[in-house]
Amino acid sequence: MMLLALNIFSSLSGIFKYQFMQHAFEAGTVVAIVAGIIGYLVILRRSAFATHAFAEIGFAGAAGAVLLGVSPVLGLLSASTLGGIGIAILGNRASHRDIEIGAVLAFMLGLGVLFISLYTGYATEAYSILFGEILGISAANVLLTLVISAAILFVAALVYRPMLFASLDEEVAEAKGMRTVLLGAIFMVLLAASVAIAVQVVGVLLIFALMVIPAATAVRLTKKPLYAIVISVAIALLATWAGLLIAFFEPYPVSFFITSIVFGLYLLVRLIYRSQR
Amino acid sequence: MSISKKRKEIQPEVVSASDLTVGYKDKVVWKGAHFSVKQGEFVAIIGPNGAGKTTMFRLLLGLLLPEKGTIKVFGASPRKGNSKIGYVPQRHTIDNETNIECIELIRLAQSGSRLGFSFSSVKEKKAAHEALKAVGATDLAHKSLGSLSGGELQRVFLAEALVSNPEMLLLDEPLSNLDLRRIKDLVGLVHDVVKSRNVTAFLVAHDINPLIKYLDKVIYVANGKVASGTPEEVLTSKRLTELYGTRVEVLHDSRGNIVIVGGAEDHHED
Repeated sequence: MMLLALNIFSSLSGIFKYQFMQHAFEAGTVVAIVAGIIGYLVILRRSAFATHAFAEIGFAGAAGAVLLGVSPVLGLLSASTLGGIGIAILGNRASHRDIEIGAVLAFMLGLGVLFISLYTGYATEAYSILFGEILGISAANVLLTLVISAAILFVAALVYRPMLFASLDEEVAEAKGMRTVLLGAIFMVLLAASVAIAVQVVGVLLIFALMVIPAATAVRLTKKPLYAIVISVAIALLATWAGLLIAFFEPYPVSFFITSIVFGLYLLVRLIYRSQR
Repeated sequence: MSISKKRKEIQPEVVSASDLTVGYKDKVVWKGAHFSVKQGEFVAIIGPNGAGKTTMFRLLLGLLLPEKGTIKVFGASPRKGNSKIGYVPQRHTIDNETNIECIELIRLAQSGSRLGFSFSSVKEKKAAHEALKAVGATDLAHKSLGSLSGGELQRVFLAEALVSNPEMLLLDEPLSNLDLRRIKDLVGLVHDVVKSRNVTAFLVAHDINPLIKYLDKVIYVANGKVASGTPEEVLTSKRLTELYGTRVEVLHDSRGNIVIVGGAEDHHED
């Protein structure tokens, strides 16, 4: 037992000798915290589809940035945040218009494909946007991720109670004079920014792994919002850390391990708590 | 004007409307309405689907401005966020995936509009438990909202409205989707709350029969017009024929139930 603990400790310190692993852990940790928290609101507001849409809008932005020779993260961030503001302007109800959002995201994905094909460099760029490439994250992007995460968390803490109440009971909130449309808009922008930073870890196509599944698992375990958020963050963190660790030793992608861990936990919780609701 | 007891006469008027017309954009919903309601009265708003019953609530809540005429709530123009009003909107569904305990909703009804993060306060929790107790739903405190039956849910919504100690309750179709026994229970509960707290309650319903023995006043909305008064005054063949502009008959059975024949088709609970 001691020997095993010692072994793990020595391999951990070995891992952190590598700067790319340090960066990956730093970015992965803040992204997991943000995704776990915003993910709870995604579940509460039934915005899973909008989440996916922002990721794919971000893909077009990232591919465009690659084509222009700008950092893909900047393209990702600006496109998905613009998308967030766009949906926010269209109004609260817009986030539930599946057909319209679907049309826009299909078009955006198409644009992304065009940009990638116009870019004569490596096809790996597209691959890493679609499936995540946390191990390659640069120090500058870690810093950017940290700053954006701090902003998201600050705003989320500020609007926590009104957001929770308006999500649960919009009509009563409106009658109480709360700005429910503004809250919906704030949520959309928070979501878009969170998606943009989470794409770096799990990629556009696996965005649900961090933004939806941990929170979906958590709401099955507790009826208290605060506990659910804590559990959701814990699952996202656990999956990210474990995914990074395993990926260090095994030649398979990090996002595969993260997705498998959150999915496994989700299945387990669904099976165990099936009859206890 | 009312035949209710003397005690009522000295109660202040809390809602008054004169020559009131409401509508959305170019469509008039109803017009020329006159009515007044005193503190502590139990009022039913009755009428066919789409007649503008919920519109009445939007007006009282300050979410809709009248096209013409005046309406006063507590002596002033209606305004959004009036803490004297507790509102229970008509809800077709609460997602049965919503796994949040009832007490959280009732807590948030007190502090939900405040910015900033906070852990639960003891005072808030106590008030939430008291509100649940007032509607006889203490046992639901830690149940998940998504797991409640229609009747349980209406009790929780009533507690949510009561927790801020309002002077007026607006209940939009709380009786739809309930079976007869639950309807009786809920109407009795609302009546108790009205009398014990001296709260004015407006209740929108399709069918007047389960309510009739408790009501102080009826506001009948149909055919773009509004009639109001005591049930005895309003629910007559003559008044309803005037309201609908077509022949309507009010029939009474031996147990005091009434049936309205003619007018619109959907006067019975469907």
